[in-house]
Amino acid sequence: MERYYNPEMETMPVAEIKELQSERLKKQVAHVYSNVPYYKNLMDEAGIKPSDIKGVDDLHKLPFTYKKHLRDTYPYGLFAVPMREVIRLHASSGTTGKQIVVGYTKEDLDIWDEIVARQLVAVGANEDDIIHVAYGYGLFTGGLGLHGGAQRLGASTIPVSSGNTKRQITILQDFGSTVLCCTPSYAAYLSETLYSMGLTSDDIHLKAGIFGAEAWTDQMRHDIEESLGIKAYDIYGLTEIMGPGVSYECSAQSGMHVNEDHFIMETIDPNTGEVLPEGTQGELVFSCITKRAFPLLRYRTRDIGVAFRETCSCGRTFIKMSKPRGRTDDMITIRGVNVFPSQIEAVLMELGYPSHYQIIVDRINNTDTMNVNVEMLPEQFSDKVSVLEGREQQLTEALKSLLGIYVKVHLVAPRTIVRSEGKAIRVIDNRKLF
Amino acid sequence: MAIKQISVFLENKPGRLAELTDILSEHKINIRALSLADTKDFGILRIIVDDPDKTASILQEVECIFTVALVLAAAIPDEPGSLSRILHILAENDINLEYTYAFITRKEEYAYMILRVEDNETTSAVLTDHGFKLVSQEELFSL
Repeated sequence: MERYYNPEMETMPVAEIKELQSERLKKQVAHVYSNVPYYKNLMDEAGIKPSDIKGVDDLHKLPFTYKKHLRDTYPYGLFAVPMREVIRLHASSGTTGKQIVVGYTKEDLDIWDEIVARQLVAVGANEDDIIHVAYGYGLFTGGLGLHGGAQRLGASTIPVSSGNTKRQITILQDFGSTVLCCTPSYAAYLSETLYSMGLTSDDIHLKAGIFGAEAWTDQMRHDIEESLGIKAYDIYGLTEIMGPGVSYECSAQSGMHVNEDHFIMETIDPNTGEVLPEGTQGELVFSCITKRAFPLLRYRTRDIGVAFRETCSCGRTFIKMSKPRGRTDDMITIRGVNVFPSQIEAVLMELGYPSHYQIIVDRINNTDTMNVNVEMLPEQFSDKVSVLEGREQQLTEALKSLLGIYVKVHLVAPRTIVRSEGKAIRVIDNRKLF
Repeated sequence: MAIKQISVFLENKPGRLAELTDILSEHKINIRALSLADTKDFGILRIIVDDPDKTASILQEVECIFTVALVLAAAIPDEPGSLSRILHILAENDINLEYTYAFITRKEEYAYMILRVEDNETTSAVLTDHGFKLVSQEELFSL
């Protein structure tokens, strides 16, 4: 029997969703135009007035918001309410340049708590559950986002944050955590540590996990489910739009439902900006129609995905999005073909290689070449040359099939690819293109 | 009747082989036979050592990529024609030789061939039937 945190919204007939979105969008555009001079200028330059936006069908007329705009207005230039109404600030990691700063009013936080509570209920949690929040607490939206939702639900919330893995396992055992919330790679690490301590999933009480904040493959999901004895659910979000909870996976586990009463999602062609029909892969764009402090309109996420509306077995009517399939900003173009390193990573993981790899791009005699160095696991080694060459061949073919172009794969010894503290350096582009 | 051979993955870069032999000499490992298979990107170093178990745990500790394979060490008379003879016998019995290399010792009568085959048992039987002597792990120490 499927349960919903907010049945009225989550199972609203599609026509009513669109009406609701249209109403909210109109109000939001007026709010932004009057209170955010930066975006008002963008609208003026595009020749658009708030009265031109009569509903969702006019959304495409609005100018896009880019990450660059957020950097240019650091820290509070896009805030739409006075600072005294902003009761929370968060920021994103900012791997290139300054951090992206976002703010929330009390009502914004209420919305956030609610949408995360929807995710918790979708994975089968209720007030009797013990939620183990192992996302980092701090400026990062992961920890406090799941915390707010769990508390709103009325479940017992443990603000463990990340790190101190042996202690996490003690807490899992002794506190009886039933739902684990952390990044998928941390879940994998927790499970490795669990087993290295001589324990198994029988020694902990988890029934479900809510994983996000980074890309993860079906193979990783399967491994986590097997090793921890849970059902593993995907959650999507980004700091600029809200934090975790922009969309959420349900029991059907085929795509994530977007909280359409708060966000309008579009998919666009990243090169032309043209809005694409449902079912066509493109860049995901979100418009916040209820947030007051930091309401972005048509924000280009740089995530590539697909939107699709279908009758879901869970009964929710919200549109779904696929797992993001790559990033437009990681994208490199080799011999005219757009290549996303994250797609390569997915192939490597499917074929059983750990995700330590590096892509080296060169231009030799005016032709682009791509070489991929992949770290081997000890058990993949053989005393026979033919076996290793066979592995390289298998990888080369899999990548050719994925990308449509030939890239040479080289197996290398473990730990020869430099590790970095934060984001891994996946691509070394030796071409001097600019 | 098989003996243990250690194979190590080496990236095809200057100094990698030396790094490995440094580790072995530090731990006083004695190499009896050696072969290096090379491809464009990497090499596989194959060695027969006095103490394969100790060598394996050292390589494990320094986190080298390696594997231990069971191979046959056949003694053949150290004279022209011996090698051809053993190879023909393998071919006639449909035994595929994955790779092979030789080593000699201070004993003058025999040369030793390391043979990597699919099925050690069948191959041992064939070779023994044809009068070839196979060397065991213990006998190897004394050579």
